[in-house]
Amino acid sequence: MIMPLIKGLQITISHMFKKPVTLQYPTERPDVKPGFRGLHALNVSHDKAKCVACYLCPTVCPAKCITVEAGEDANHDKYAAKYEIDMLRCIFCGYCVEACPVDAIRMTEQFELANYSRADFTYTKDRLLEKK
Amino acid sequence: MDTLILGLPVAYYIAMVAKVLVAFVFVLLTVAYATYAERKIIGHMQVRLGPMRTGWHGLLQPIADGVKLFFKEEIVPSQASKFAFLIAPLVALIPAFISFAVIPFGDNVTIGGYTVPLQIAAYYDQAGKQVFDVNVGVLYILAMASLGVYGIVLAGWASNSKYSLLGGLRSAAQMISYELAAGLAIISVFMLSESLSLHKIVADQAGGAWYAFKQPLAFVIFFICSLAEINRTPFDLPEAETELVSGFCTEYSSMKYAMFFMAEYANMITVCAVTTTLFLGGWHGPAFLPGWFWFIAKVYFLIFVCMWVRATYPRYRYDQLMRLGWKVFLPLTLVNVMATGLWVMFINK
Repeated sequence: MIMPLIKGLQITISHMFKKPVTLQYPTERPDVKPGFRGLHALNVSHDKAKCVACYLCPTVCPAKCITVEAGEDANHDKYAAKYEIDMLRCIFCGYCVEACPVDAIRMTEQFELANYSRADFTYTKDRLLEKK
Repeated sequence: MDTLILGLPVAYYIAMVAKVLVAFVFVLLTVAYATYAERKIIGHMQVRLGPMRTGWHGLLQPIADGVKLFFKEEIVPSQASKFAFLIAPLVALIPAFISFAVIPFGDNVTIGGYTVPLQIAAYYDQAGKQVFDVNVGVLYILAMASLGVYGIVLAGWASNSKYSLLGGLRSAAQMISYELAAGLAIISVFMLSESLSLHKIVADQAGGAWYAFKQPLAFVIFFICSLAEINRTPFDLPEAETELVSGFCTEYSSMKYAMFFMAEYANMITVCAVTTTLFLGGWHGPAFLPGWFWFIAKVYFLIFVCMWVRATYPRYRYDQLMRLGWKVFLPLTLVNVMATGLWVMFINK
């Protein structure tokens, strides 16, 4: 009974001389691994969003956080007149990205999503297009 | 000829006030920086850094914490027993501090022709003759240590909250069960030194081996029981986050909460100082550095051990804690007292 107790103390003291793994966050930035699922972004092609308002992403979304409304442009093509993601409900599963047939939505490496008001968590089409 | 006040020279009063101030400031500073050291040491043991923001490597963190706690909102629960609620932190804090009165910090020093013992409750006259000394130092410390529990029970009862009440009662039960074993562990020390005076106990360890080597069982049990008595991990059941929010101090906020925290750390320092005095030879050490240095070094080492233990062991369950106190430590210390008695009677004489 005594030996395991001493062994425990030994382990903790040996850790004391290891180099800390802490990341000093605001000054040191974490390097985001490939495939990280951060904030969404709408891909752009020929100066407009690639989204064709097929409704696959809101259909597949388990958190029901995507709202799409279709519109018709001058060439009678369907496009997303409204595209909103409620980030308070999003669970970052990435199903919307997988479901999209035209590669219109992707997830960026941006993980700092804190805000002061609820309204700021609603990402409209304009805000999603701004993302790199 | 010195002017006498109540039969004692003025120098006596000056020495007393100076010693009280020095000891008080020492304990306060150690309390403040023990909180910092705890976070740093446990941080490094968990391969983290601990506080880093305030000052160089977070050195100003205790000051920042203090300022923050002063300005936080004070909440007194409705229908709490106001007076008891306000007085409880003091009742917990004061015994933690006054135990230091009898602990010898170091050897006698000579200031302006006077021999001043580095123990608050002791005084020698000009000829170096002892005028005043507490010859029941150990009893005094045991008495003070058991007073702290009043603050905790009072806090639990006065809060008008079932969580606090239960936390306070658990804490009281725990303290009482470990005090017995701690007391019995000490008995074997003063069976060897044949005195209750801490000065004498320290002097006895000067030439020969420390009592930690003569009484290893008593030493280990006393230290563990002391950890339990001051509610340190792995016996910090009053804090048990899994069952109760924060035990007896659930309803406390701001500076009143900080006072409980201070009491806990001051208690830790007291316990380490008492252990040093009783078992580790007090202020004795190699002569090239002054006695008080060795005393402080030993106390700080024991504080480090407390933190080390905290970083290592998981918390005890309540029944395990009780079983350990009553069924393991108490019989062990009784056997130890008997063995010491036989040794003193038949071999040492």
